[in-house]
Amino acid sequence: MSTNNNMNLTLKVWRQKNADAKGAFVTYKAEGISPDMSFLEMLDVVNESLILKGEDPIHFDHDCREGICGMCSLYINGRPHGPKRAITTCQLHMRSFHDGETITIEPWRAGAFPVIKDLATDRSAFDRIQQAGGFISVNTGGVPDANVIPIPKVIADEAFNSATCIGCGACVAACKNASAMLFVSAKVSQLAMLPQGQPERYSRVQAMVAQMDEEGFGNCTNTRACEAECPKEITLTNIARMNNDFFSAKLFREEHAHEHASGE
Amino acid sequence: MTLEAKIPEGPLAEKWSKHKFNLKLVNPANKRKYDIIVVGTGLAGASAAASLAELGYNVKAFCFQDSPRRAHSIAAQGGINAAKNYQNDGDSVYRLFYDTIKGGDYRAREGNVYRLAEVSVNIIDQCVAQGVPFAREYGGLLDNRSFGGSQVSRTFYARGQTGQQLLLGAYSALNRQIHLGKVKMYTRTEMLDVVTIDGQAKGIVTRNLITGSIDTHSGHAVLLCTGGYGNVFYLSTNAAGSNVTAAWRAHKRGAFFANPCYTQIHPTCIPVTGDHQSKLTLMSESLRNDGRVWAPKTVEIAERLRKKEITADHVAEDDRDYFLERKYPSFGNLVPRDVASRNAKEMVDDGRGVGGSGFAVFLDFADAIRRLGKDAVAAKYGNLFDMYYQITDEDPYKQPMRIYPAVHYTMGGLWVDYNLSTNVPGLYALGECNFSDHGANRLGASALMQGLADGYFVIPYTLGDYLATIGPKPVDGNHPAFAQTKQDVMARINSLLALKGTKTVNEYHRDLGHIMWEYCGMARTEEGLTKAKGLIHELRADFWKNALVVGENEEVNPALEKAGRVADFLELGELMVDDALMRRESCGGHFRLESQTPEGEALRDDDHFAFVAAWEYKGDNQPEVLNKETLDFEFVHLTQRSYK
Repeated sequence: MSTNNNMNLTLKVWRQKNADAKGAFVTYKAEGISPDMSFLEMLDVVNESLILKGEDPIHFDHDCREGICGMCSLYINGRPHGPKRAITTCQLHMRSFHDGETITIEPWRAGAFPVIKDLATDRSAFDRIQQAGGFISVNTGGVPDANVIPIPKVIADEAFNSATCIGCGACVAACKNASAMLFVSAKVSQLAMLPQGQPERYSRVQAMVAQMDEEGFGNCTNTRACEAECPKEITLTNIARMNNDFFSAKLFREEHAHEHASGE
Repeated sequence: MTLEAKIPEGPLAEKWSKHKFNLKLVNPANKRKYDIIVVGTGLAGASAAASLAELGYNVKAFCFQDSPRRAHSIAAQGGINAAKNYQNDGDSVYRLFYDTIKGGDYRAREGNVYRLAEVSVNIIDQCVAQGVPFAREYGGLLDNRSFGGSQVSRTFYARGQTGQQLLLGAYSALNRQIHLGKVKMYTRTEMLDVVTIDGQAKGIVTRNLITGSIDTHSGHAVLLCTGGYGNVFYLSTNAAGSNVTAAWRAHKRGAFFANPCYTQIHPTCIPVTGDHQSKLTLMSESLRNDGRVWAPKTVEIAERLRKKEITADHVAEDDRDYFLERKYPSFGNLVPRDVASRNAKEMVDDGRGVGGSGFAVFLDFADAIRRLGKDAVAAKYGNLFDMYYQITDEDPYKQPMRIYPAVHYTMGGLWVDYNLSTNVPGLYALGECNFSDHGANRLGASALMQGLADGYFVIPYTLGDYLATIGPKPVDGNHPAFAQTKQDVMARINSLLALKGTKTVNEYHRDLGHIMWEYCGMARTEEGLTKAKGLIHELRADFWKNALVVGENEEVNPALEKAGRVADFLELGELMVDDALMRRESCGGHFRLESQTPEGEALRDDDHFAFVAAWEYKGDNQPEVLNKETLDFEFVHLTQRSYK
């Protein structure tokens, strides 16, 4: 236990009562913070003290606190999930900061992710994009034996790399255009690479891209900020794959794509 | 009241198919006349909601998270068991059944467990068809590994995130049904009560976590897929939001709560570092395939390690006690979770614990790295090593991991019959929420299996029988029971908001956790449990006097959410202690110090305790009534578990 080298920090936190309210930065002191605390545990400590003063605690989204549910967010000192690579905010520990530091904490900033309260945003657009086509249309039961379809290990591994996306939205928050291309392309790629995903491959990419556009996400201008900030290190290759499928669908497979567009 | 488990007669292997044939069917054209409420969207909830919608029912699904994909099934690391016998190593449905019954220390139903093993093979097929990227061999076929106390390789896995991949599969099936309009999804919505009419479940009351709006929803049946209650211990591997409220509210509306004291303590978690800690992180059990568990042989060496005078690599081979290998030569480091956990606790109690707090033992990979090379170890466990490094700031490639047991899973839960129906008609419980098929101890890689078995392959059959019986007449959402239950919920919220004391809800939660861990954790005694009962009772009384709840209902108010959940945990804690007191035997995760073999192993008492303890709520501050469902073993012979 490192109780002897506690830190005192200044937090500049975005407070916003609800989606319609005007927000502002409010400054708080975080004192006696152990370097072994996670960033969210540090906020827990601040919130406990706010509650005891009868004040409204800082609201932030969180759940699993082990980097997999994708619920936590936070734009910390200008970076989604803070200063370290390949982790989520809940995996960030206070030893990554130094005593006396001022830390600025904001919500994800994107038109398609409206603020709910303080640091929590509405990311339901991601769900709607997946509802538009991010699935393989099989019902429960009546499927073939799992080993009927051999899948080369390299392809399975590459599909897995795409499948590790946790849907946190850091890619959108990192992008100056608030583009969701990295997220959508990871979801598209996973299924496009697997044999099971072939029957709906082209209708899927069209449906998901259409929904992505409808949600108001920006376009991709290849700045690669998304890739740099993704806690699961999803690569830009996914966007290339998605573009390729999308153009193929547009140029050559329009009819074929429409056949499957209903999702039935 | 007699509990009817409704296990079909006949040979084990024929029970389920016979039962499926005997269940009534709902005419395809009538299915759309039924509304089904599914609470929770983890593996059990998402798979049930999707499968029922595919059949044609109208489903309303609820989760408190911002997306169904965030349910805590997502965090399962290790894998999912299935009796595929792809490895030709002697596995079979019967062997998976047998291992599960034995692993659960003979406190589960034979019929249920056999069915679970039987449908396990279908789960893998289903997941692969959905595009779940399981690990594969170079030949393109699925890879398996041996896991947690199993002598065959039957575990399918997806690196260290099998839970996320399986849940994304179920979530994609759910998304498809949302897209088709067959599922209406309510996110950031918490269920706060069940509505019963004439003793049957007909709906729920929910709170919108953004606006605070309290709403009623009616349906022909209510499925609770709301997970376990490990957070009653405050620190556990559960997500921060995981709670017992849905199940507890159902209990208070008449559903029996079974075996509440059966808690699984997972042996390989990252130890606690301080009071600030909000959760414990699991290190997958798969690490025990290559890692060796040890503690220093003497208290003196342990003391020097604790004071950081020396590091683990300075401890000579002769000064290390590989206690699992020493005590259990045939299973070694792969003994089941309960055994591994208890032995780690023994080391700590013996003064041989390591780490700053002394509450840890080592999990060492030096041998594996020498044998396989660092790259091979990294390929297998790299993400877990990274996670460990991230949390502890120590490099497990250089120093052994420090591990200690933590609360991980609850085998107890709402009592259900073979059809997954609670004793309240129309109210079902699936996945970890029910008291389930794991007996007194769940084997590794069996939770994912059970959640998906219930949702994909059991409830779609058994629910139809009930629905066909009650008929498709619409449920009257204007029945006074809805208004009354809503009023009850609002009254409770108002009483929580009226708490303007001096102590935060989180402090009460932490206090409760300390009591539960100390007296109702890995080892329990009559004396300790009796003391715990008094302490919890006092804590609960104090909560309702001195707790501090800020804010209002009509806004985003996590303090209010937490207050409701902790209030329910305080009640559940008492019942868990009652159940633990009643069960004067050691079995599985439940270890009573008064009941052990001369070698210090758990000693069951089959003559007196081979039953399911189903507790019946009798009103506030009334003792709950114990109902017993006798467990009959027709096919397996009860033996004392031995992993020597």
